[in-house]
Amino acid sequence: MIEARGLTKHFGGTLAVDDLSFEVLPGQVTGFLGPNGSGKSTTMRMVLGLDRPDSGHVAVNGRRYHDLPWPLREVGGLLESRAVHPGRSARNHLRALAQTNALPARRVDEVLERVGLTAVAGKRAGKFSLGMTQRLGIAAALLGDPGILLFDEPVNGLDPEGILWVRTLLRGLAAEGRAVFVSSHLMSEMALTADHVVVIGRGHLIADLPMTQFVAQSSKAHVRVRSPQAEALHDVLTGAGASVTVGPDGAMVVGGLDAPAIGEMAARLGLTLHELAPQGASLEQAYMELTRDSVEFRAEPRGAPSSGTEEAPR
Amino acid sequence: MTASATVPAPPRAHQTASPPGRSGLTHALRGEWTKLTTVRSTLWCVLTTVAAGIGIGVLTTATDASHWRNAGLVSRVLFDPTAISLTGLLFGQLALGVLGVLTVSAEYGSGSIRSTFAAVPRRPVVLAAKALTFALVALVVGEAVSFSAFFVGQAILSGSTPTASLGQPGVLRAVTGGGLYLVALGLFALGLAAMIRHSAGAISTFVAIQLILPLVVSAFPASIGHPIGKYLPATIGNAMTATTAAGAHADFLPAFPPWRGFALLCAYAVGALVMGSVLMTRRDP
Repeated sequence: MIEARGLTKHFGGTLAVDDLSFEVLPGQVTGFLGPNGSGKSTTMRMVLGLDRPDSGHVAVNGRRYHDLPWPLREVGGLLESRAVHPGRSARNHLRALAQTNALPARRVDEVLERVGLTAVAGKRAGKFSLGMTQRLGIAAALLGDPGILLFDEPVNGLDPEGILWVRTLLRGLAAEGRAVFVSSHLMSEMALTADHVVVIGRGHLIADLPMTQFVAQSSKAHVRVRSPQAEALHDVLTGAGASVTVGPDGAMVVGGLDAPAIGEMAARLGLTLHELAPQGASLEQAYMELTRDSVEFRAEPRGAPSSGTEEAPR
Repeated sequence: MTASATVPAPPRAHQTASPPGRSGLTHALRGEWTKLTTVRSTLWCVLTTVAAGIGIGVLTTATDASHWRNAGLVSRVLFDPTAISLTGLLFGQLALGVLGVLTVSAEYGSGSIRSTFAAVPRRPVVLAAKALTFALVALVVGEAVSFSAFFVGQAILSGSTPTASLGQPGVLRAVTGGGLYLVALGLFALGLAAMIRHSAGAISTFVAIQLILPLVVSAFPASIGHPIGKYLPATIGNAMTATTAAGAHADFLPAFPPWRGFALLCAYAVGALVMGSVLMTRRDP
């Protein structure tokens, strides 16, 4: 497992990561979400001992990364897509890494096979497409068969087939009992992949909770209800303090009450329900709500009042 | 406790088999050897070192052989057939220095240094492995070029001018010294790269030290230039490849005796490597 405690990192005068604490547990995929520039990559580099935190510490399997006897056998990391010498073949890149951790040569062929690069293993990595480079990075992470895996934006540059492949791979790795920590800006992707989410904005922790709870907690969660006695139900629900809006298809969208409460209320009054469907807020919505205040660069809506001087008319 | 539907079974922990001990210098050395021998730039640098070291030796010895008839008394007295045949090393040193630089800087340039440091987190071990791997290649290439240039050069000179043989005083020392000079200088370049990290910056610095600094120092009055010039790596190299203090390099700057110069050059290399190691460890890649 990964345990980060009070991680803080500045770059020049900019606070990149601010007193960040979280855990990544084995057997599940932990999604790492945050707007661009929120400190995700910096945090991952600190886990791998590449960037040195200004304060705080991070332990992998209870030790500092530098103290791991065979780092690649315990932690595998995909950091950026281009972390390979362009003139070296995929196989030789992996072979050199394997030798530093006394891994048998057959592991190189095994991981090449697993990521589907066997046919181009002798080709120079500089000739690879972004997707192939990404697969090579994933192969390097898997090389030591580690129990902890970090993937920074693993689906970058992959086609839909590749994205599905990564999703299946991550789920499979977690099912094998590994701790999988994956960052992504693709929220829909994370909704399908992660069991747990750690959300950061401007370097500090915004949320750290199970995915289901993360989505449910959002104020945007609501229940879709259809009934032949819609008007009677509408009055009952609003009387109970729920917000009710009627959609274009005639279904009611109820907020403030959960599905069991609505169902029981209807049953007590003998009202027939044709549909009672909890609609979890999409992860995008939950995420946008949480990070609204922590996005570093955001397009201001046109005509928004500015705090400074009025713009001179042209 | 019986498994219930609501509580997921605790995930079984993943176990990875690990050998006893820990990843150390020998493992890092194997990895660095693979890296050095699997990029084309290594081959190009070595071939350039060989071509310059032997080829330019052929040119200089051929020129001296053809001019011997018209050479003055002073030139004849100072003539050092060993040093003349090793002139090419002073050009080959640039190519081998570039290889030393690239051993480190290519990893920073491509981003592969992060893969390297993730695999071997103790950065001084990485730098030591790079330095030792490079030193082995440089020693083999350097000595091979030095001895080849010497024998080819003597063959060209023979019949026209006096020639040298390895048994004569100082000759074996000069020919062996030519290879050793290339090793120490290349390690100095490698250390510079660890400090500077960028290929272009490190190569420019290295070339400036080897080619431009001697010109600048020569432009000074002797009272200032000579004491400074002794400390330049190029001056040390001239002395190491000559059999006499004057040698063929009478027009060059006065130098330390060969072995003392070599010790100084080694100190430069160690200094650059230690400094590079400290900076590598301190800075985020």
